[in-house]
Amino acid sequence: MATTELTALPMVHEEPRTLNSVLRSAIRWESGLVVLFVISLIYGSTVSGYFFSGETFFFAGLNFGEIAIMALPMTLIIITGEIDLSVASMLGLSASILGYLFMHGWNIWLAMAVCLAVGVLGGALNGLLVTKLGLPSIAVTIGTLTLYRGIALIVLGSNTAVGFPASFTKISLPIGSTHIAYDFAIFVVLAVIFGVVLHMTSVGRSIYAIGLQSETAYFSGIRVKRIKFLLYVLSGFLCAFAGILYTFQQASSASDTGLGLELNVVAIALFGGVSIFGGRGTIFGVVLSVAIFASLQSSLTAINVSAQAQSIVTGCLLLVSVLIPNAREGVVRVRAQLRRRSKASL
Amino acid sequence: MSVIDHPLTTAPSGASFVTKILRFRELAIVVAILLVFVVTYFKNSSFASTASIQQMLSGPSIIMLLAVGETLVIITRNVDLSVGSVLGLSAYLVGDLFVHFPGMPVPLALLMGLLIGLVCGVVNGVIVAYARVPALVVTLGMLYIIRGVDALVVNGVQIQPSAIPQSFVNLGAGAILGIPYLFVIAVVVVVIVGYVMRTFRPARDLYAIGSNPDAAVLAGVRVQRRVLSAFAISGALAGLGGALWLAEFATVASTAGTGYELDVVAAVVVGGVAIFGGSGTVLGAGLGALLLNTIDQALVAARVSSFWNQAVAGALLLVAIAFDRYVSVRAEKILRVEGARHGDD
Repeated sequence: MATTELTALPMVHEEPRTLNSVLRSAIRWESGLVVLFVISLIYGSTVSGYFFSGETFFFAGLNFGEIAIMALPMTLIIITGEIDLSVASMLGLSASILGYLFMHGWNIWLAMAVCLAVGVLGGALNGLLVTKLGLPSIAVTIGTLTLYRGIALIVLGSNTAVGFPASFTKISLPIGSTHIAYDFAIFVVLAVIFGVVLHMTSVGRSIYAIGLQSETAYFSGIRVKRIKFLLYVLSGFLCAFAGILYTFQQASSASDTGLGLELNVVAIALFGGVSIFGGRGTIFGVVLSVAIFASLQSSLTAINVSAQAQSIVTGCLLLVSVLIPNAREGVVRVRAQLRRRSKASL
Repeated sequence: MSVIDHPLTTAPSGASFVTKILRFRELAIVVAILLVFVVTYFKNSSFASTASIQQMLSGPSIIMLLAVGETLVIITRNVDLSVGSVLGLSAYLVGDLFVHFPGMPVPLALLMGLLIGLVCGVVNGVIVAYARVPALVVTLGMLYIIRGVDALVVNGVQIQPSAIPQSFVNLGAGAILGIPYLFVIAVVVVVIVGYVMRTFRPARDLYAIGSNPDAAVLAGVRVQRRVLSAFAISGALAGLGGALWLAEFATVASTAGTGYELDVVAAVVVGGVAIFGGSGTVLGAGLGALLLNTIDQALVAARVSSFWNQAVAGALLLVAIAFDRYVSVRAEKILRVEGARHGDD
């Protein structure tokens, strides 16, 4: 009885998508990313003799660490069919509060704790507005994008906080005698945790279920609102954490820290094969996406292409990431049509 | 998720209630603008000086133009994030035309800006409508591509004010009967597009598409063509905005208009346009832009630190979204009650 009701629900005009078929199509996208990554490495080595050096690897990790960390919760949120555009503002707010409290003589550990708490609160506000009031997340987080950046401005104004203790700012250097950046190492650890949770636990499967059919998920006993709420809290927390890392790495903080990064974070997640409609995407894909962006940025910077001109590559990759899967679907559709026609003529 | 099929025909009394609410919405923004104005005036009487009022009108004009185009796109349940980049590219290219052809007449310069934007908008529209890919991703990609092309074109050489003819700069700084030209242009565009959106069938199709894309297809609406037009107009108005930006600031670097896309979407949402399409007016979006800018200037005039601007704008945006939700939930409830009553008869 109950099962018949459940199977009757997803009768929307979409093709039935099982978890299995979703995984299969995602894996195919990721093999494309692996190929692209190898190509980007080969390209890098042809334009610069220093491409395969520890320094290149270190700076790539240093430059992309925070964006990559923010891309992880973003991935989960987009898979549930929502979005969080306030991530970069939360990073900036956290950096500003850390700077403000430190300048006012607070203990640095206590100041960091306050930043993380603010991250949790900010994420909770996003989550409440989206789940309790049922407001569209894209509009809500454009609002909190402005709000959090605004609070950062109120906190720090036009000041720049400097003078953080050297024992913290040393994270702008590699770990020990390796060529690994601290924020990159943290990203790798987090990516493993996120990957395990998303792909090997029931929570992870719930996240996909919410994105594929949130009503079906709800009727299957998944706490849709609670999971979405907690993901926003997680996002706020990690963005605040990224703000702390960024501040120590730069050894300074200002209210415009990380301005405009939100679209980079979204771009990385989407290029990693996360569907903007939810229900599809893997952590592995996002990690590959980070690697490709980092590798391309290193090689383009090596041949003196300005950061702004590099955005052409970002944009083209984004367009490709939605056009190719669509082209494939189009081919499948046309082929099915032809088959039907040839059958009809028989 | 629960996008229930909207009734194709609503009871006349229900429809009039909804229109009342929508009218009420624009009225609410006007009241808010006046309220901000009066309160600020009592704190600082120079807020009502001619210069201050002129600034209040010319300041949001370009955002108003972009908001008009963005409204058309959002009504079809899409979004155009590339408007800021289109504005930047158009501003620079028109400036570059002045460098090469100093004698270019002003209307031609505006037309060139419009055409540059139109090309960008058509590219957006073709990809979204015919390749059937999500607008958010496409226009985010175009945001980066157009900005990158802009950077390559600019190549570190800014447009200098000396290259811009005085007649064109006057367009940005001058006024007719005390009303800034920029504001006149914005109002003319709002009125024309607003009238078209109320009156003509192709424009009404945009609402049909946004309310229920599947139903629109079944009703014979040429969805692809309409969506393409919405993006084309959005691009064209962003391009015109770029030419006016050049007139206002007379100097352009490759960063012109960076981040405008979110300001524009914010103005549109404050103006009562539903982010998931199907409802909202051009007039509301224009007033939304005006309100956000008025608050900005009011804070300055009230000698509240300008650092508060963004936080207030963000809070206002959240209130506007929550308010819209409240109104739509109420309207739905009333429609349901009305429907039940008609069913009883």
